Amino acid sequence: MNPKSTARPADQPTVPSAQADIPLRDTQHPPARQPGKAVTVRPGQDPPGARLLKEAPVLLQRLMRAPELGVAVAAIVIFVFFAIVGGSKGFLSLTATASWLNTAAQLGIIAIPLGLLMISGSFDLSIGSMVGAGSVTVGIVTGYEHQSLWLALVIAAGIAVLVGLGNGLLVTRTALPSFIVSLGANLIVAGLGLTVALQMTGTTAIPVTASGFAADLFDSKWHQLSVSTFWWLGIAVAAAWVLAHTRFGNWITATGGDPEKARRAGVLTGRVTITLFIFTALSSAFVGVLQAVQYTSGDPTTGQNYVFQAAIVVVIGGVLISGGYGTILGVVLGTLVYGIVNGGLFYTGWNTNYTEVLIGLLMIVAVLTNSFLRRLALSATKKGVTR
Amino acid sequence: MTGTTERTPAAAPILELIGVSKQFSGIMAIHDVNLTVYPSEVTCLLGDNGAGKSTLIKIMSGVHQPSAGQIRIDGRRTVLSSPRVAQGFGIGTVHQDDGNLPLMSVARNFFLGREPVKGWGPVRRIDKRTATEVTMREIAALGITRVTDPNQPVGALSGGERQALAISRALYFGARLLILDEPTSALGVREAGVVLRLIRQAKSRGVAIVFITHNAHHAMSVGDRFTVLIQGEVAEQFRRGERIKEELLNLMAGGRELESMQAALEEMHEEASPTQVAGAASTTIGES
Repeated sequence: MNPKSTARPADQPTVPSAQADIPLRDTQHPPARQPGKAVTVRPGQDPPGARLLKEAPVLLQRLMRAPELGVAVAAIVIFVFFAIVGGSKGFLSLTATASWLNTAAQLGIIAIPLGLLMISGSFDLSIGSMVGAGSVTVGIVTGYEHQSLWLALVIAAGIAVLVGLGNGLLVTRTALPSFIVSLGANLIVAGLGLTVALQMTGTTAIPVTASGFAADLFDSKWHQLSVSTFWWLGIAVAAAWVLAHTRFGNWITATGGDPEKARRAGVLTGRVTITLFIFTALSSAFVGVLQAVQYTSGDPTTGQNYVFQAAIVVVIGGVLISGGYGTILGVVLGTLVYGIVNGGLFYTGWNTNYTEVLIGLLMIVAVLTNSFLRRLALSATKKGVTR
Repeated sequence: MTGTTERTPAAAPILELIGVSKQFSGIMAIHDVNLTVYPSEVTCLLGDNGAGKSTLIKIMSGVHQPSAGQIRIDGRRTVLSSPRVAQGFGIGTVHQDDGNLPLMSVARNFFLGREPVKGWGPVRRIDKRTATEVTMREIAALGITRVTDPNQPVGALSGGERQALAISRALYFGARLLILDEPTSALGVREAGVVLRLIRQAKSRGVAIVFITHNAHHAMSVGDRFTVLIQGEVAEQFRRGERIKEELLNLMAGGRELESMQAALEEMHEEASPTQVAGAASTTIGES
């Protein structure tokens, strides 16, 4: 999913043209300049880590371009660990796998658009209450008003577009931090959802009645695997393609890298931000609908856990917290890590409260590793030239 | 352009500023500036901090509109209402921060905002093959040979290479007039040399260049025409070979021949000249 690695085959034909300039090298640059090599750190003045880089520049450059490699290793190690410790108690059973995959999928459906938004340099805390809004909409429309699930979908999508648009416009027009804007939105939407639910139905657990094809879209199974998992997969493939291969994807990364420079280059940064806020709201409402139909209950208070969980898996997945860098594959792997830890601990027989401890540690390690690799790969190569 | 017009240039000017002034809420940033920019020439815009260089280039690149005076492009009176309009006239600006995004690849930076696409509808995608081919070809054409991997992040390039990338991008997207805002100021000696070489190359392609700097050495090594701004006004305009470096430095320091400043400057030249501008440092302004 990494833009660079998938682009490789197509890039091959450019190599001859790049080589065509080799004869120039000797004429253009006096011997004092060391051409061709990316790394020429002056001996005796190696900054910490530079020696490592000198020895393995290619590997490090690749690592820097593929931060999902680190989280991929983490995902495998953690899976193997729980397979050994919890395998005999059922962690590897189809039921258990389908269960933690469903948990991961619901989180992942939110984390993917949030990942794109964070790559573009913004943050959305209103996802929590948007899950509740989606859920309560299904409850009221189907269970209370006895209308079709399709109508609930349209209304939930409408609310999501409205909230996303509001967030996006406020962030782009006022230059307020998206953290603050979406935190406010989270409270407003949560409060309104609760009020509407209680005033109309008098309860926060509204029974859902949905059946037929519409219900199957959100609650059906294929060999025990929930339909959520397939939604997650589909959204991940689409988002990865957009980020790596389309103009809009290029603009997402550029907007997060430096909005001012991106604007000067002709990128419509405002449009990028607003679009992505709409998608985070839509995906959260979508998960709200999924949960309402699967658990046959519409609940305006559900979903607040996602506010932090989604951001955590995005960061574990290697997305730069300040924006400008990240991949969808990384976010998906980060979500898998969360799902495995969350589901796996139950089968070890240990206290499941350790989930939070483990996830917290993983996130810190992930951020440290990524920032270290990035700094190394960017700084040491530069030194080689200016010296 | 008093005193210089009799030396008829080879081509008609691309851009002329005639009596251009700019006020910001009552404060005169630049006043009655005349400037003529010819193709295949490097026009150096010199001046100390606050002399009005930035305002002037913002007027030329369409960021600001002049309060008075007019802009002519190819002899026709023109209003540059936005940077995009200026780009449409072939005016490319490379800002001091070079505009590159460090975590994005060389090819993606090169085409940012103007990505080549293929396919249609939902499968419309960036034509990466074209993007990488063009990028590598354009960079190589400028003699930057160390950048051989289009997927390399720009952050791994040196400051000079990043300037080169920005310059080649501006040229590729049709700049006939290239405005370079302090392209050498953040660079080391050798890196600055690379950028100065690029300026000469662009010039030999027939591109007009406005080169903003406060480094007299750099200006003299590539400049054909010189305009010195002092407190928003044109203090002096002259051509290559008409002034010696000391005169230029005096002008840039505000035209006052302060003895102590002179001495300090002399010292600096002594240190800088062996490595940097061996030929041009001592005698006349680089009459080559």
